[in-house]
Amino acid sequence: MRAIVTVIAKDRVGIIAEVCTMLVAHQVNILDLNQTILQEFFTMTMLVDTSMSTTPFAELVQTLSDAGKRAGLEIRMQREDIFNAMHRI
Amino acid sequence: MINTSEVLETLQMIDQQHLDVRTITMGISLLDCCDADAKRACEKIYDKITFSARDLVRTGEAIEAEFGIPIVNKRIAVTPIALVAGASDTEDYVPFAKALDRARAETGVNFVGGFSALVHKGMTPADRRLIASIPEALAETELVCSSVNIGSTKAGINMDAVALMGRIIKDTAARTADRGGFGCAKLVVFCNAVEDNPFMAGAFHGVGEPDRVINVGVSGPGVVHYELKRVKGEPFDVVAETIKKTAFRVTRMGQLVAQEASRRLGVPFGIVDLSLAPTPAVGDSVARILEEMGLETCGTHGTTAALALLNDAVKKGGVMASSSVGGLSGAFIPVSEDEGMIAAAQSGVLTLDKLEAMTCVCSVGLDMIAIPGDTTAETISAIIADEAAIGMINNKTTAARLIPAPGKTVGDTVEFGGLLGSAPVMPVHPESSEAFIARGGRIPAPMHSLKN
Repeated sequence: MRAIVTVIAKDRVGIIAEVCTMLVAHQVNILDLNQTILQEFFTMTMLVDTSMSTTPFAELVQTLSDAGKRAGLEIRMQREDIFNAMHRI
Repeated sequence: MINTSEVLETLQMIDQQHLDVRTITMGISLLDCCDADAKRACEKIYDKITFSARDLVRTGEAIEAEFGIPIVNKRIAVTPIALVAGASDTEDYVPFAKALDRARAETGVNFVGGFSALVHKGMTPADRRLIASIPEALAETELVCSSVNIGSTKAGINMDAVALMGRIIKDTAARTADRGGFGCAKLVVFCNAVEDNPFMAGAFHGVGEPDRVINVGVSGPGVVHYELKRVKGEPFDVVAETIKKTAFRVTRMGQLVAQEASRRLGVPFGIVDLSLAPTPAVGDSVARILEEMGLETCGTHGTTAALALLNDAVKKGGVMASSSVGGLSGAFIPVSEDEGMIAAAQSGVLTLDKLEAMTCVCSVGLDMIAIPGDTTAETISAIIADEAAIGMINNKTTAARLIPAPGKTVGDTVEFGGLLGSAPVMPVHPESSEAFIARGGRIPAPMHSLKN
């Protein structure tokens, strides 16, 4: 299943490394990645594939969100379909 | 890949502009639950609902988590109970409402709708018994909703039923006086009721529907408001285009959720209802959209035109985004459930008469309006008749959900809490409509040529 991971946080060293480590731990494959600084905030969107992961999707969403909170990051993972539905005809 | 700005735009809609799916409503036919023994019929109803909707809440929550879009309510709509209970040998239909409420609690849904009767042309003994049971049913149950259809464009208006409903609303308010007449917030009187409406309190599962169906209602006044702020001062053509584009996106999201819910539950997809449904939260108001178009306060001159544009643009934008559109599909203007409407009513700018005019151009009617507790049953009936006439003549659904708040008068506020909000008590005309309502009979169906 393809999903979009969004990470928003106050910029600091090592955010991408930390997020990638979390994804690796759950066998989530990164397909594409965009990162920029928007109004001083680190903003990253990733297209990922979760089909290799053995963790159920909803649980993965929660795990990433919780791990993000502990690291001071706002991490969300949503199925790609919702964005395609709203932004593509 | 979807670009960052599109992702962030969607997240902003959800986080700051209150974008959500208002409800996934499962329609369930209870026609096969008829039984001569009322107790047995209630058991069948409970069993069918709890079996059919056993996964509804869990599925809704799973979709919510995976897509990251809030799904505020999960609801159930059933066949109008008068049609089911009519087969049973009993005078008292309250046990049927209690069976619905038990099934609601068991399935964990937020509301069950369908304690209803369709009496637009006349009443069967079952319809009479159901209507007579409404006050007690709504007082004795938590979250069962009731509706009565008293008119239609094809049949005219059943004025005997209109007169009766005025008294039923008063009685319902009296029986729930300790909660500000809360029972009336669960009771809608319709003209041209639709069979696939996912919104409460008026949802029921029409007899033309399949055994089970999934209907979805979206929301999004906050998103429309935000987009309109970006076109300040632009001509109305731009306003209309902006609303259409926004409604398109909101509806696509609703369509996706509806299809996903339908697939997972193994229940056919019915419709997406395009209604702009407000909530009492700041930033989720239809009134504020109208004000954004250039009105100082909702209810002033220009409000009806602004609402007409909004309602039409929402439909035009939404209709292309869904494979099947239905339900009420329009902008709702429930006073107590809309922060801007509450403010406008409190300031005295928004009156009952203006709201009535507004209902000519939008969905759905005089909705969630608190009126003084000493308003007579005949005045309530007359308000219902006016509202039904608008629906009958204009070929549209109209409704009245009025709360004659016991012991309250103009200037007071009734608190309902949650999505139902708080309602400022609005003045009604004190002049009597008693002789008008006492006539009874039927207002004939209108003709459909010589339109003016």
